[in-house]
Amino acid sequence: MRFFLFAIRRLAASVPTLLIVLAGLFMLLQFAPGDTVDALMAQMGGGDSAMMEQLRKYYGLDATATVQLVRYLTRLVQLDLGFSAIYGKPVIDVILERLPATLLLMASSLSFAFAGGLVLGVLAARRVNQWPDGVISTIGAIFYATPAFWLGLMGIIIFAVNLRVLPAGGLEEIGAGYTGLRRAVDIVWHLALPTATLGLIFLATYLRIMRASMLEVMTLDFVRTARAKGLAKAAVLRRHVLRNALLPMVTLVGLQAGTMLGGSVVVESVFALPGLGRLAYEAVVQRDLNTLLGIVFVSALLVICVNFLVDILYARLDPRIAN
Amino acid sequence: MTGLLAISNLTVSLPPGADRPFALDDVSIDLRRGEIHCLIGESGSGKSMIANAILGLLPENVRVTAGDIRFEDRSLLSLGEQDMRKIRGARIGMIFQEPMTALNPLRSIGDQIGEMFRTHTDLDSATIRTRVLSLLSDVQIAHPEEIERAYPHELSGGQRQRAMIAMALALEPAILVADEPTTALDVTTQAQILALIRDLQARKGTSVLFITHDFGVVAEIADRVTVLQHGRVVEHGARDQLLNHPSEPYTKELIAAVPSYLPPPSSAADGENILTISHVSKTYRQFGLLRRSRRITQALKDVSASLTKGTTLGIVGESGSGKSTLARCIVRLIDPDRGVIRLGDAELTSMSRRDLRAQSRHIQMVFQDPYGSLNPRRTAGELVTQGLILHGMPGPQARAEAKQMFGVVGLDPQAMDRYPHEFSGGQRQRIGLARALALRPDVLVADEPVSALDVSVQAQILRLLANLRKTFGLSMIFITHDLRVAAQICDRVAVMKDGEIVEHGATAEVFASPEHDYTRLLLRSIPGQRWVPQAAGSYLATAG
Amino acid sequence: MQTLTRFLGNPVALIGLCLLVLVAAMALSAASLFPNNPLDLAGRPLQWPLSNPRFWLGTDVQGRDIAAVMFYGARVSLLIGVVATLIAMTIGILIGALAGYYGGIADEILMRLTEAFQTLPNFLLLLVLVAVFGSDIKTVTIAIGLVSWPASARLTRAEFLSLRNREFVEACRTIGMRDMQIIFREILPNAMPPVIVYASVVMAVAILLESALAFLNLSDPNVPSWGNLIGGGRAVLRTQWYVSAIPGVAILMTVLAVSLIGQGLNDALNPRLKRR
Repeated sequence: MRFFLFAIRRLAASVPTLLIVLAGLFMLLQFAPGDTVDALMAQMGGGDSAMMEQLRKYYGLDATATVQLVRYLTRLVQLDLGFSAIYGKPVIDVILERLPATLLLMASSLSFAFAGGLVLGVLAARRVNQWPDGVISTIGAIFYATPAFWLGLMGIIIFAVNLRVLPAGGLEEIGAGYTGLRRAVDIVWHLALPTATLGLIFLATYLRIMRASMLEVMTLDFVRTARAKGLAKAAVLRRHVLRNALLPMVTLVGLQAGTMLGGSVVVESVFALPGLGRLAYEAVVQRDLNTLLGIVFVSALLVICVNFLVDILYARLDPRIAN
Repeated sequence: MTGLLAISNLTVSLPPGADRPFALDDVSIDLRRGEIHCLIGESGSGKSMIANAILGLLPENVRVTAGDIRFEDRSLLSLGEQDMRKIRGARIGMIFQEPMTALNPLRSIGDQIGEMFRTHTDLDSATIRTRVLSLLSDVQIAHPEEIERAYPHELSGGQRQRAMIAMALALEPAILVADEPTTALDVTTQAQILALIRDLQARKGTSVLFITHDFGVVAEIADRVTVLQHGRVVEHGARDQLLNHPSEPYTKELIAAVPSYLPPPSSAADGENILTISHVSKTYRQFGLLRRSRRITQALKDVSASLTKGTTLGIVGESGSGKSTLARCIVRLIDPDRGVIRLGDAELTSMSRRDLRAQSRHIQMVFQDPYGSLNPRRTAGELVTQGLILHGMPGPQARAEAKQMFGVVGLDPQAMDRYPHEFSGGQRQRIGLARALALRPDVLVADEPVSALDVSVQAQILRLLANLRKTFGLSMIFITHDLRVAAQICDRVAVMKDGEIVEHGATAEVFASPEHDYTRLLLRSIPGQRWVPQAAGSYLATAG
Repeated sequence: MQTLTRFLGNPVALIGLCLLVLVAAMALSAASLFPNNPLDLAGRPLQWPLSNPRFWLGTDVQGRDIAAVMFYGARVSLLIGVVATLIAMTIGILIGALAGYYGGIADEILMRLTEAFQTLPNFLLLLVLVAVFGSDIKTVTIAIGLVSWPASARLTRAEFLSLRNREFVEACRTIGMRDMQIIFREILPNAMPPVIVYASVVMAVAILLESALAFLNLSDPNVPSWGNLIGGGRAVLRTQWYVSAIPGVAILMTVLAVSLIGQGLNDALNPRLKRR
């Protein structure tokens, strides 16, 4: 219960943050050359200035920036993200269509990266400065430096083109009409490469942090106490070092949430996944700034949610926090 | 004589590149059944290394190169890891210096004490819990059920140390190795823990190897003593013999450096007040979202005191008494919420920042931590000239002044271009003194200036302070938790508890006939007070 | 300096240093080895590496000399990396120092601002900035700097929070030093080591961000970039995969170099932890 109150407190604190973000972005977009109406015009193949005036009035784009901001924020609170001129649908609908794919990708990549990073980090720390540590750390350093999009492309070349074991893109076989379990398996098969791509990059970071954290914790006094009590080295690691070393990892999940979402933009583009990331890219290219802003809002919400969950988890692990 | 634990000719080597080749050199110590054996030495004497060697917990690259440790007719050094594990905790228990960091912050007390049973026995959890609770009451912890469920950060320092002792004695080991267990505790808590150890030892017959740097503690509880210096045994013997008739010069030097807690008779203290503190209060508020979680700490409650020109006022208290807060209010590092602080004619509390900066040359401070009080990236000379240059002195003149100050505080003026890490702890405190005195202040506030130093170095710095006071005509406020030191260097003393001054007066009078209960408790808690060191130093007297 | 010797004695740091020197050499020799504009048509498109002695790394979809683009691309990557990092670190250190030293209201406001930036995925924010302000190389560099400062601000603030209560800082205040002098001349030099190590991370990320932008064709098309090459090679991935593969190796090498140097710096500045 204490944790909950604490986490709610933190959540409430991030609301003003979110508002600052959006107000800032909205003002920023006022600087954008061209707005929704221009984009519409481009799609329709041109129009005269009278029509543009009318459309502007219709969309409320003729009011002053401050008025627009207030209107925008009031609509936002009601989760009305505006209208996408390009897709011809309310932005919220477009986003909700694309959200599941991104969430799936995020969840699987995060799990893979966290679990892998944890295991490898512990292994490396146990054999620090010996060859397993060297190998693991080197592989980690290399993946850390690899651009995600390039790794994805190389993955496609090797597994999809040459070995033909995995599909080159898409979320599922279009038009195959699978349902239930068969559909789930199909999706998993399609998500394997994207997950591996995004996951491996972040695994490298988690690996490094876990290893450093383990090494740091192993120098602390209570580890000496545990050994003086007669515990075996493995038991000390498991029962004392591990839990304490996990704390920075948990924090890292929260910090990296935003970066992972950003990474999904390129990975979804490479693998043609129908997710939020690719939607953002399309919105930039097609100058659908309403949609872009909507995506940013939803992303910020996602990051805040993840941080909320992280806070609760952290407070469960560390009894010192909830006070 | 077969003792319980026999360390013979133990030599422990350090890796190449350390400041000396051996941590321990040909050390022989003999621990008998049922005795409390104190191991005393200054920092760098290797005393902690012995504890690690006994339990087979030496750090990597540090190894035993000669000698033996025999416990119950077995050589501990020849045992494999598995056999050693059976002995650790079960037959030889250990407690450490810092109870806060020695306990895992993420596990409850009951869990950690219970771990002893889970590691070495097959008892079920219900039985373990019962045992843990009875252990906690053995060490006189109030409300054992609450403590058993609590986490380390929820306990006080004394409670944590009691829990550590309960944990170490859980399986009734034959030997308890205590590595400076009371050094980090307040003097009153220390007295309680020492009494507890003596009591438990008498009841259970455990032999205790007690490592310390404090002769008072030795006088209080030891049966026999071994003195270490630079990894070698200097002298050993029965307590009374060693304390009153030491034979080695190092031992004599150490004992001479212990200040007697009997203050010399006070000289007449008359003259004007140079510093007046009137009704100063300081409250810290921590805001939480809910009214319930707002934490209010009253660091200072209506404190009043005065400092007569040319004398030293001691402010004595334990942690949390507010003495450091008061010191910082005086030099305006912290702003008091209420009250007035006057320096001569100037009212410090109502001055603007700019005026305060100008006033700062009249009142200066010396800090406790010789490592944290000097900017590691500035040379010693720069540290001393900074203040002078800030107050308008041209560079070359400042350097000349600094050079002179170096000589006055007993440092080689050639060392001005060296960095702090190249100096020892005592030398760094001298640099701190030079920095403060370069501005020729009228008042010097010394915040525990010798607490972090070895006893022999402490004596030197205290002598230096006494001389400087005379040379510069300083008035001094001396903050300390060590009553012995206060007894020797302060003319008047004020005792603080929980943000209030509970008693004040001439040192000799307060020590001889304390009026407040807390003062009496403090004086009673000084370890080893029945012992008066033969060649005890008295700094006020020698300074004339 | 002890730190320098420790750094150079560390094999990890040395490898990083060598790689970086290699990339820098590529950048510096670009103009002399390939005097023509690398973005011009140089020969028949899609020739394999080593098939034509004139183009030892082959040509891309538009007939450009891949080796030329690689060498000129090194210049772009390094330049963007350094400049964006400088922008990010300057903003971050300033904000972090002020927030950490003064605390109170200033800290609250500055931290809210930092949090606001950190809540947004940095790549998305970059996309927005590019959508608004354009894809010119200068704009892209500044934009990358602008999305990368929050983490260094947090780090600097943490350092300042811990150093601000150290006794040597208190001593500076008692001798009458002004705040600005304390912040920049006393505390900052002591706060720098972890911040400098972090700069290597920022630079690594900056290079990756720029190449990702270029891959999506959202960066400056008039600047030879490794990311651009990879993006261009997508269309021919099944057959002429080398067009996408080769530049990726270059990005990997550069980022690896920067990150290894950062690790080496970290180990050199914290010898206690290294010895384990």
